Amino acid sequence: LVFTEEDKYGLYSSLLFKYFLAEGVVCGHDLFVASAKEHPDNILKELPAPLLDDTYRNELGEEATAVKSEDFQDSMKIAWRYQNLPKMETSPTTSTKFGHYYDVSKTMSPELFQSIKWHSFYLPEESSLPPKMKTCNMNSAYARLLQSIQRIIYQEGFDGSDPQKKQKNILRIGIQSLGSMLWGDDICSSDTPEDIHSLTKFLYVLRGLLRKSLSACIITVPAHLIQNKAIMERVTNLSDMVVGLESFIGSERETNPLYKDYHGLVHVHQIPRLNSLICDVSDTKDLAFRLKRKLFTIERLHLPPDLSDTVSRASKQDLAESAKLLSSGCGAMAIGKKHLDF
Amino acid sequence: AGCKVCFVALLQSFSHYNVVAQKLGVNLTAARERGQLVFLEGLRSCLDLLFGEEEEQSGEPSPLQFISKSASDLKALFGFVRTALTPPGSGSWKGPVLLVDDLGVLLSLGATPVAVLDFIHYCRATVCSQLKGNIVVLVHSNEDSEDEENELVVNSLCHHSDLILWVEGLATGFCKDVHGEV
Repeated sequence: LVFTEEDKYGLYSSLLFKYFLAEGVVCGHDLFVASAKEHPDNILKELPAPLLDDTYRNELGEEATAVKSEDFQDSMKIAWRYQNLPKMETSPTTSTKFGHYYDVSKTMSPELFQSIKWHSFYLPEESSLPPKMKTCNMNSAYARLLQSIQRIIYQEGFDGSDPQKKQKNILRIGIQSLGSMLWGDDICSSDTPEDIHSLTKFLYVLRGLLRKSLSACIITVPAHLIQNKAIMERVTNLSDMVVGLESFIGSERETNPLYKDYHGLVHVHQIPRLNSLICDVSDTKDLAFRLKRKLFTIERLHLPPDLSDTVSRASKQDLAESAKLLSSGCGAMAIGKKHLDF
Repeated sequence: AGCKVCFVALLQSFSHYNVVAQKLGVNLTAARERGQLVFLEGLRSCLDLLFGEEEEQSGEPSPLQFISKSASDLKALFGFVRTALTPPGSGSWKGPVLLVDDLGVLLSLGATPVAVLDFIHYCRATVCSQLKGNIVVLVHSNEDSEDEENELVVNSLCHHSDLILWVEGLATGFCKDVHGEV
């Protein structure tokens, strides 16, 4: 269960949402898309087109070679200890190939859709008849959504209830902007919501459904609107993976020269530990994302050293907080021969 | 250790614990089959409760029935624990052990903090005092947590516990090799 905290304007989180669904199409999984604000048909029309292997590797290859040729001539004089350390890899996935890559400037062709089965739940179009299941004081929109998911899982045999089914497949569920007012929940609009348990109950039941079937789910939530932080803490405990997107649009970080290459930060609040005591924890926790013309990439936050005299103390402090253990690759970015601060 | 165990597992499925335990050298499936382990798989019980047919409900009440009924006490859950650990059901095993993972989930499902504390109190009275067994409970907590209900439960548990194992990340920040301190 991947829980995504939306960025303020929802731009990047909806991109991530579409990536998840697109990957499902390319892998031949079935899709279930639920939304209260955008019709699932429209969401599906805007999925990014997958990139053929060669194209992506060329693009990535070009960038990498450009960087390498510059650095080759520089040998370090003062920071010579760093010379022998491996160059910091900005993109963690260059060596292993996992999943597919997408071109965000193009939309997926309709032919690709034809091979998969997809189901949708668009709240304004769902009937308002009371659901057959016991609602347990849950928000009725959530209850109806759960009913719909459970019905699909059962009917399509994702829970193994139909042993006759020839091939097992995976159901990818995407739920957009859960918790927002459009779902009838007031946790985003009020400091003391009427029912703080609806969302957590929903997540618990959803978790049960996911565990019982061959499915994976991504949920995006406008977390920045939820005033009651206790709810977010509980939600984190109930999810397997929690990722927050913070975009720089409209914030003071937009003009911070240290973040100029990026569009926002990725905060990983929790990683899944399924079927094991611990999971593979990555080296660094500072990740940033950027949206280039064709690609959306997530990279390690890579700060160049302070080479100018005009950087203020305040921003240095700020960065020291977030970049505590940024590793030794900083030296590799040193371009130019300015004076160093001591 | 040859104890009779009742495991109230609210957060993960049985297979998850089974796989982890196997890596540690313990076979949960076998323990369940020979009656040494009574396992409540919260996720599954919840689904049965919500989507189950009416006929199934006529048997014993679900241990998690507080979710669907408006009564927010955890008597049914306690009843389940008591039945699981009280002799003669426990047979020839040594002292009973109750494991709960994790208590905070009950709050997320709508139980009041008082109900949760009552539940633990009743469990202590039965399992610890009466049956001379042990209870191990997992809770989550944060220094700057704003979840007052959860903090209330955690504080109360701390006062009543004989042993508190507090696991946290390093105060100095994230490190690749050393994950945290206990």
